[in-house]
Amino acid sequence: MSTTAVWAVVIVTGVATLALKAAGPLLLGGRPLPERVTGLVTLLGPALLAALVAIGTFADGQRLVIDARVLGVGVAAVAIRLRAPVLLVVVLAAAVTAGARALNG
Amino acid sequence: MSEGPQERSYRHGARAALPLAVAVFGFGLSFGVLAPAAGMSGAAAIVMSITTFAGSAQFAAASVLGAGGAAATAILAAVMLNARYLPIGVTVAPWLEGSVWTRLLHAHLMVDESWAVAAEGSGRFNPRVLLAAGASIWTAWVLGTIGGVVFGNVIGDPNRLGLDAAFPALFLALLAPQVRDRGSGAFRGLSLRGRLPLAAALLGAAIALVLTPFTPAGVPIVAAGAACLLGLRREPATS
Repeated sequence: MSTTAVWAVVIVTGVATLALKAAGPLLLGGRPLPERVTGLVTLLGPALLAALVAIGTFADGQRLVIDARVLGVGVAAVAIRLRAPVLLVVVLAAAVTAGARALNG
Repeated sequence: MSEGPQERSYRHGARAALPLAVAVFGFGLSFGVLAPAAGMSGAAAIVMSITTFAGSAQFAAASVLGAGGAAATAILAAVMLNARYLPIGVTVAPWLEGSVWTRLLHAHLMVDESWAVAAEGSGRFNPRVLLAAGASIWTAWVLGTIGGVVFGNVIGDPNRLGLDAAFPALFLALLAPQVRDRGSGAFRGLSLRGRLPLAAALLGAAIALVLTPFTPAGVPIVAAGAACLLGLRREPATS
């Protein structure tokens, strides 16, 4: 990944994010979006986050694999279910994955 | 010492945000470690935390870059993840007054956590709580990123420490509250009825996994956004 491309991502993402955050406060003056549009946009979060979970757990480049990450994310899921703090969830996932790799040689 | 309602609001915001800021500092550390591992320079990671200030989108952009995806794909994934800030911004807009710059500052400091803390129920938001909570969370995020960038050079390969699994675990932790029923209190205004968010999450994951072997990195994540079209199947209006 070239330096230029990385900075392009940083700058464009920063500007676009501020535009998304500020559009309502600056332009709409409190007029709510049509409910239909709000419904769609609000579902983007779950859809994209779940995609990131799936890819982060199973994708190795363009291949789908089952490796130590599955254990780590599985333990994380249990911890989330038990309402563990997010920090603990992330640390557990990393520790379990690292442990599984160490045991596997 | 006498304290007016304004000072009390700032103080309340800062106090309510404290446990969140600790967790966000941890995210910042992970981002500071993982982003350079994904091919971003430490400086780029820190500038991104200062300017973008949106955790999941930053992790998404970094993971697309780390997987060899194109810059446009990384930007698109991050922007789609941040699309929720459009309606979130609209919910806060009626309570934000003052100059363009004041409102821009509030908008920049508006993230999921500060937005939740600033909610006073029935669609009311306290802009001072938003500002104080947002500022502490932003500070924690930026300091964490700097710490991670410095710390990351010491600890070396994040995969050895299982940090590649920290990515999906973090997203799962961010996802969980979005698919839980939360039809009360702070989230009443934007809460989606029923299991629609869970259905969108499952469909999004399925789309991403199915497309992974056949498309360039990053594309499956963006395509998963199509799962939000489930929202077109509206239940009868409940007014």
